[in-house]
Amino acid sequence: MRTRHAGAAVLAALTALTLAACGDSSEIGADSTTTDPEQADTNDAGDTIRIGIKYDQPGLGYQDGSEYTGFDVDVATYVAEQLGYSEDQIEWVEAPSAQRETMLQTNQVDMIFATYSITDERKESVAFAGPYFVAGQDLLVAEDNTDITGPESLEGKNLCSVTGSTSAQRIKDEYAAGVQLLERPGYAECVTALTAGQVDAVTTDDIILAGLAAQPANQGQVKVVGAPFSTERYGVGLPQDNDVCEDVNAAIEQMIEDGSWEEFVTANTEGTGYTPNASENPPSVDACA
Amino acid sequence: MGDYLSQIAELFSQYDIVGAFWVNIQLTFWAAILSLVLGTVLALMRISPIVSLQWAGAAYVNVLRNTPLTIIMTFMVLGIWTQLQISLAQDFATNFFRFAVVGLTIYHAAFVCEAIRSGVNTVPLGQAEAARAIGLPFLPAARLIILPQAFRGAIAPLGNTLIALLKNSTVAVAASVSTETATLMREMIENNSSVIFGIFFIFAIGFVILVIPIGLLTTSLSTRLAVRR
Repeated sequence: MRTRHAGAAVLAALTALTLAACGDSSEIGADSTTTDPEQADTNDAGDTIRIGIKYDQPGLGYQDGSEYTGFDVDVATYVAEQLGYSEDQIEWVEAPSAQRETMLQTNQVDMIFATYSITDERKESVAFAGPYFVAGQDLLVAEDNTDITGPESLEGKNLCSVTGSTSAQRIKDEYAAGVQLLERPGYAECVTALTAGQVDAVTTDDIILAGLAAQPANQGQVKVVGAPFSTERYGVGLPQDNDVCEDVNAAIEQMIEDGSWEEFVTANTEGTGYTPNASENPPSVDACA
Repeated sequence: MGDYLSQIAELFSQYDIVGAFWVNIQLTFWAAILSLVLGTVLALMRISPIVSLQWAGAAYVNVLRNTPLTIIMTFMVLGIWTQLQISLAQDFATNFFRFAVVGLTIYHAAFVCEAIRSGVNTVPLGQAEAARAIGLPFLPAARLIILPQAFRGAIAPLGNTLIALLKNSTVAVAASVSTETATLMREMIENNSSVIFGIFFIFAIGFVILVIPIGLLTTSLSTRLAVRR
């Protein structure tokens, strides 16, 4: 009997803790929704902005211990600064691909910088500012590979991409004849398969591949082919009923004008010889809806 | 609401949802047969009079039953295929399907073994003693006396294992099987995130439709075939 009581007590304590945790997070949510753009320039020191980024894409959005690095992080920090938030007022939140719309709709984040392509389907549930970068699907191959020069030379090759991603779908739909596709949950696993020689190329957006190639462990082993065969316009994901879209666009324009944009690109792809597709970059922003 | 429903209807014409479930059924079919064989062998090892076999059977069950299935599946692809470069077929689709079947089999064989062992426990000790008394050695006694009764007593737990296996077949996504439901669901969410709850609902209902007949069948079989004592 005694043990049963103890068990019940533990259960009750756990329930109380869980409920308390729920209460806390909703309070935080309520607090930070009061980020009104008029106030933004003069906001109090305690006010924060919650920005969704990837945590697992080196060179773009990457959690390195307690530090966050990458192109998306640099752009987000710059835009936040223009909106009146200093670096320590930014609260980074992980925004995995499949959850991005939900996180914006349920107000878990204020904006998302996470290799977020602007598409018409997504515009039905969220709003976009930007684009701040135009990427294209490209190929990452072994350093000594010379026979893969672009999508037309993939006949009979083995490819790797992330499960269910748009890159994987494009290969299945348009290049399926003669191409075998390995789908893994993350790009790092694809690079493992590439360096082990089990696949000939990894495919996704060029800047993501450049970020992977810039990793110390991969340097000198892999290279980006540099023949993009799609256009992915990376935008800033915002809730549909936002009032900051124009301010974000102005910040992006200023970032491109004052040279910070170019600086961020070079800093995050250093040592890979990667240059963004010059005919599309730097992009001009779309008008806000 | 009508708009939402028409978007859902659109999904059915756009994606081969039934085909994806068919892949899960095929994975379940092969893994069920193979794990029944392997599980029976393991159960025989665990009830055999040879101590080293008992020990090996127990070790297998305790290790595999306590390893997460996702880790086994990922190991199949990253460990065995990528690093050791062992392929089960030239064609990627066949290769990863077979790896997924192997992974599901070695994992669920541990559960099948325990289900059969629970069936063996329903056979009264007198049956084994009588088999021994008429001069039957271990294997014929197991084949003719113990296992036929044990299987009839183990139908309900075997049915539960089969249900778990069917649902676990979605973990094949970790073994890079790209045509089954978990992969298709990710693709659909990537392209149509505005109807994310509808997509979850489709797959949940699909599995309920598949699992309910298995449950009904095993319940009716377990009462019909039970050994009356």
